[in-house]
Amino acid sequence: MKCPEQLIDYMHEYLDDEITEEHEKILREHLQSCTDCQEYFRELNKAIALVQSTSHIHAPDDFTSKVMAGLPKEKKRTGVQRWFRSHPLLTAASLFLALMAGSILTTWNEDHQFSVSKQPNLIVENDTVIVPEGEVVKGDVVVRNGKVKIEGEVQGNVTVINGEKYMASAGNVTGEITEVNEVFEWIWYHIKKTVKNTANLFDHDEKEQSFQ
Amino acid sequence: METIVKHRIKQVIKGDQNAYGEIVEVYKDKVFQLCYRMLGNRHEAEDIAQEAFIRAYININSFNQNLKFSTWLYRIATNLCIDRIRKKKPDYFLDAEVPGTEGLTMYSQVPSETPLPEDEVESLELQDTIQKEISKLPDKYRSVIVLKYIEELSLNEISEILDLPLGTVKTRIHRGREALRQQLRHV
Repeated sequence: MKCPEQLIDYMHEYLDDEITEEHEKILREHLQSCTDCQEYFRELNKAIALVQSTSHIHAPDDFTSKVMAGLPKEKKRTGVQRWFRSHPLLTAASLFLALMAGSILTTWNEDHQFSVSKQPNLIVENDTVIVPEGEVVKGDVVVRNGKVKIEGEVQGNVTVINGEKYMASAGNVTGEITEVNEVFEWIWYHIKKTVKNTANLFDHDEKEQSFQ
Repeated sequence: METIVKHRIKQVIKGDQNAYGEIVEVYKDKVFQLCYRMLGNRHEAEDIAQEAFIRAYININSFNQNLKFSTWLYRIATNLCIDRIRKKKPDYFLDAEVPGTEGLTMYSQVPSETPLPEDEVESLELQDTIQKEISKLPDKYRSVIVLKYIEELSLNEISEILDLPLGTVKTRIHRGREALRQQLRHV
């Protein structure tokens, strides 16, 4: 070809969208006068157009599943971890429930012996606790696995766990009387007690703070 | 798109294999197409494209998360294709005897240069012809031409994918275009 060689470079610059104005001007002027170069430029463009005309093909339908089947097995631990990670609240809640239920049931099972809170003027006969007539018992009375007979006065709460309560007409309890007989009631009682204690703790703190 | 993919990659790195399925869905067609145009054969293309995704998964920890995932994935796929092309070359020595025949060589399998009268170019045949001509390009020109004109990537991205200086990519594209011009001028 008799034409200057850089013209072909200009064509490539043009095709790469990187031609300068100056080069583009030279190329245009030359193409108008030279049929050989026109043909060459046309062939280049045709080749590109043909390559671009190839239809877009898609991967087979089962492509993804085949890839996934070919991956190395993930560690079993990861599967469990993923579940925990995607359900943080459920994990925390079930962990809490499991521990709570465990501790409460343990206490329940260990508590089948008769016991009573210590107050000096309570009378204990076998598995019956008596608040004698005319006596005033200060503080909360808790009876486990036994009966309680109230003939006098209790300044506080009376709680009977797994037992029975007899109230004489003269008997008087200033606080609440609670009877707990079933496991679930027992759990409920336990939770209420924990919450109350916590609340008291806070009240206490606040009082202390206010004194300072 | 890139942000979703980045998020999924983080999950994959933490060990969540399911998240990888979504990444495969996003890129499978492009990677398959790249492999098909490089290798000229659907079966091989599927093989290599799957291999590319599996390699990417295994080496996900070495992926620099500040870069585009597609660039990295295309690099793996292109390298696998080039390896495959180089490995299978000996199969195509033209003077090798065709298995199961006596004295018949691969030369007899090559169609004669003169087009037959019934070779009126139909769409499908044209596609085949173009694919054949792409497959005839030496692999270093083939990869740049496929990335540029079929995957429609910028010269900068191609230079990153192939890990070559921009100037080298340009030279290869020019040579590739020259070769294609010669091969396709009479189509």
